[in-house]
Amino acid sequence: MIPGAFNYHCPSTVADAVALLSSLGDEARPLAGGHSLIPMMKLRLATPEHLIDLHGIASLKGIRQEADRLVIGAMTTQHELLASPEVSAAFPILKETALLIADPQVRYRGTLGGNVVNGDPGNDMPALMMTLHASYRLEGPDGVRDVAASDFYQGAYFTALEPGELLTAITIPFTASGHGYAYEKLKRKVGDYATAAAAVMLTMANGKVESCSIGLTNLSDTPLLAEAAADAVIGTGLDDDTLKKASERAQEIMSPAADARGPVEYRKHVGGIMVMRALKRAAARAA
Amino acid sequence: MNDMTLTKEQREARLEGMGCKRKRVEDIRFTQGRGNYVDDVKLPGMLHGDFVRSPHPHARIRSINKDAALKVPGVLAVLTADDLKGVNLAWMPTLAGDVQMVLADGKVLFQNQEVAFVVATDRYAADDGVNAVEVDYEPLPVLVDPFKSMDADAPVLREDLEGKMTGAHGPRKHHNHIFEWTVGDRDLTDAAFRKAEVTIKEMISYHRTHPSPLETCQSVCSFDKIKGELTIWGTFQAPHVIRTVVALISKIPEHKIHVIAPDIGGGFGNKVGAYPGYICSAVASIVTGRPVKWVEDRIENLTSTSFARDYHMTTEIAATKEGKVTGLRVHVLADHGAFDACADPSKWPAGFFNIVTGSYDFPTAHLAVDGVYTNKAPGGVAYRCSFRVTEAAYCIERGMDILAQKLGMDPAELRLKNFVRPEQFPYQSALGWEYDSGDYHTAMRKAMETVQYEDLRKEQAAKREAFRRGETREIMGVGISFFTEIVGAGPSKNCDILGIAMFDSCEIRLHPTGAGIARVGSKSQGQGHETTWAQIIATELGIPADDIMVEEGNTDTAPYGLGTYGSRSTPVAGAAIAMAARKIRAKAQMIAAYLLEVHEGDLEFDIDGFRVKGLPERFKSMKEICWAAYNSIPPGMEPGLEAVSYYDPPNMTYPFGAYICVMDIDVDTGVYKVRRFYALDDCGTRINPMIIEGQVHGGLTEAFAIAMGQEIRYDDNGNVVTGSLMDFFLPTAVETPHWETDFTVTPSPHHPIGAKGVGESPNVGGVPAFSNAVNDAFSFLGSTHIQMPHDFWRNWQAAKTLGALG
Repeated sequence: MIPGAFNYHCPSTVADAVALLSSLGDEARPLAGGHSLIPMMKLRLATPEHLIDLHGIASLKGIRQEADRLVIGAMTTQHELLASPEVSAAFPILKETALLIADPQVRYRGTLGGNVVNGDPGNDMPALMMTLHASYRLEGPDGVRDVAASDFYQGAYFTALEPGELLTAITIPFTASGHGYAYEKLKRKVGDYATAAAAVMLTMANGKVESCSIGLTNLSDTPLLAEAAADAVIGTGLDDDTLKKASERAQEIMSPAADARGPVEYRKHVGGIMVMRALKRAAARAA
Repeated sequence: MNDMTLTKEQREARLEGMGCKRKRVEDIRFTQGRGNYVDDVKLPGMLHGDFVRSPHPHARIRSINKDAALKVPGVLAVLTADDLKGVNLAWMPTLAGDVQMVLADGKVLFQNQEVAFVVATDRYAADDGVNAVEVDYEPLPVLVDPFKSMDADAPVLREDLEGKMTGAHGPRKHHNHIFEWTVGDRDLTDAAFRKAEVTIKEMISYHRTHPSPLETCQSVCSFDKIKGELTIWGTFQAPHVIRTVVALISKIPEHKIHVIAPDIGGGFGNKVGAYPGYICSAVASIVTGRPVKWVEDRIENLTSTSFARDYHMTTEIAATKEGKVTGLRVHVLADHGAFDACADPSKWPAGFFNIVTGSYDFPTAHLAVDGVYTNKAPGGVAYRCSFRVTEAAYCIERGMDILAQKLGMDPAELRLKNFVRPEQFPYQSALGWEYDSGDYHTAMRKAMETVQYEDLRKEQAAKREAFRRGETREIMGVGISFFTEIVGAGPSKNCDILGIAMFDSCEIRLHPTGAGIARVGSKSQGQGHETTWAQIIATELGIPADDIMVEEGNTDTAPYGLGTYGSRSTPVAGAAIAMAARKIRAKAQMIAAYLLEVHEGDLEFDIDGFRVKGLPERFKSMKEICWAAYNSIPPGMEPGLEAVSYYDPPNMTYPFGAYICVMDIDVDTGVYKVRRFYALDDCGTRINPMIIEGQVHGGLTEAFAIAMGQEIRYDDNGNVVTGSLMDFFLPTAVETPHWETDFTVTPSPHHPIGAKGVGESPNVGGVPAFSNAVNDAFSFLGSTHIQMPHDFWRNWQAAKTLGALG
């Protein structure tokens, strides 16, 4: 549990960080909250020669409104998300989810950017970002581009991030007022990754589901958007048969690994239950 | 100080003696980060050691190449088994009469086994060196399942034992067999089963787990070549035993070995045995002439230092139709891993598992334990347990529930029907113990009344009906556990460690001003000895507890003791403290008689001094007597006021308790909620009720962890898959249930202050209460026994197997 030697860099601008990432290549890793990278380094499963600490870059911090969307700086911590009145007002599901991430100590240090960009299927925010139709602002040597969260994840720890690119912000389009939301997470204990989790955003009209988006955490090697499941509930009043159908549709795209949280069959089973419970809770909250 | 303005109650309260909820004096430093742990020891020129460990669970070592490691800047030495052979330390004796590799000698026998020890100028360089050592392994067939260990074609694990068909505890039946241990009357027991109207038989496993103290195992060794002296700071629950073992295996004379156990961050049995890290840091210090520190990380602690349990207990009970038990037959398959490093008293290869008749009056019983080797980490320590008592309590408490189910009888009623009765104490058990005292019926009835047991059963019946009707997906279980512990190892007639009788000791010195110091052979790892030991002295000698400093852990100053584990400190060291105090009191009485010019027989002890019988105004306080002991002693008497006592207990003590757990389980997810947990403990005389309550809370939390998910698990290839706190369940405050504690007091008749041990009771009694609650919840669906741990997915699996998922 002792890391090897590495060089430490602390740039003060995104341009400097991108330049360092580009020139140092594969041997460099950006450091945000460090909750994934540092344990991997202690186990020597990650042995970067250069760490580029992003804490000195002021422009990566902060939460601001831009037209019809909320822009969250990549280095915004989970604690800052929880403390933000803008986030609580516009996206209460972000608050609900952040509160289910680890514990206060971790949330003081862990960042939204680090959580979404690492490509860890166990992280909670990626599926939620897909559910919220968020996009990621990536800055690299060739300029700036925005990638939809739903296009970002390619496999466990494999993402659309190109060499030399840095995630600088997460942008989330505002949703209809009166939406219903829920993040249902089954975990063994505080600090654990989800055995299975489901994020639901929906709107209701006249007792029927008008729009719905469902994300799944830790039920595949990437976060999942359960589109067929979401389609199945549109126009319904979320009766038991519909919930069951949504659960089955969601289970069709789940392919979790067996681990100490349980065998594949169990994780898919509770994955389906998380979908049903999230749908019910979200509907109860919708105006 | 005969302060006649104070009432009797005020004088007693001022002492903060036995029965007082005295605040823990050690917490002042612990809560302010001012404790002094082994890792706080920093010596000039100190080096750091770290292990190369085996990725393979079973492999031959073709070669070890140190060259690249020795070139790493800061690396000074790389030790292997071949180097240790030069000082005859490649292997070390275990407490169980086996031998254990210090560093892999020719082969490795479990994953993460110690292969080489790299010594460097700092911790980082040591780890760089570890990564540069090249080891060439030839993997061998792996033995994981203990039930296959004695198959004819099972791989040979211990080549060093080839041809040795007798081990430390008698004949070996197979190359992977360690011992067979039998107790009881086999013929009588078999006869009881032949005649039985009702019998049950179930294989009840208690899975492998780990004590996982907050502070891992560590040591700093410093060898002084000029004086030929070795000083060892280490996380030792039994520092004197370590000193003797080091003297026996190192040839350094025992008086030149100084063992210091400073503050210890939890032990729970993990810090009783000797580990390769201790030996290697000592050898490395001797080789380099500089102090060497070894500090284990969490993964190393969980995967290589002593595990606990791993007992597979085939349990049979014979009974009458009316539910009177007539016989108990248990066979245990004990998985000891690669080396038998059990930390039991030497003559007890399965510890005190023969307490397995529990709280019940079994006329006859028979027990057989087979110990076997597998490719797993060595150990078998008493994790908050008095030597396999946890396993025994789980075995019998689960067995009684299974019997109740078969008889269609309430499990509380079955217990009440079979308890040893108050008038039977001292009670001779069928497997050879003499229970000192108990009143089981009173404790059980108090527990049942407090939780309103009858109402719980009615509620459960209603919930079961609602479940059957499809109105709820939640099932409810009520788990009862009534345990009898056996603690306070132990009497020299049957307890020793490597030939040293398991006494304990105390030395008390009172200073002229009436304050004093007590040095004790036990060693607190969080139990609060500095607080409670002073309370015993306060009551015995009438000196305020605040005026007594308690010191433990330094073998140069503390009298020889056997350490702290198995809830032995209060039964043994606590008795030594009282006895030493009484020696002082006897001398103080003579001094008081001299000062008051009366015969000592005319005096009586009165809270904080001696009073002339019938003349209450003629009084000498202990403070005055202390002063007099140094300047106006009776003619012919030696000055001073101090005493030493070495206490060899006449018997064990037998604490007991009644625990009831109420649990709800969501069958669709397997998620459980502990709705209520009530724990009644009877540990005899209560020295500090607040500390007892803390002990019970801690022990119950560990019991909760073990029963509901905490395990050391290996995959089929022998890889340990629970090597970090991500997967090894250590509950936080969020998961931990609320505990309700209660007590009855049945003093031990043979202990000087009537006290029994308590630290381990909640772990011993807690696990069966949780497991019985889970099993009780599922029983109406047709199950008789569901193996632990009862984590979410296994609960779901049980529901699925029983057809409860629809």
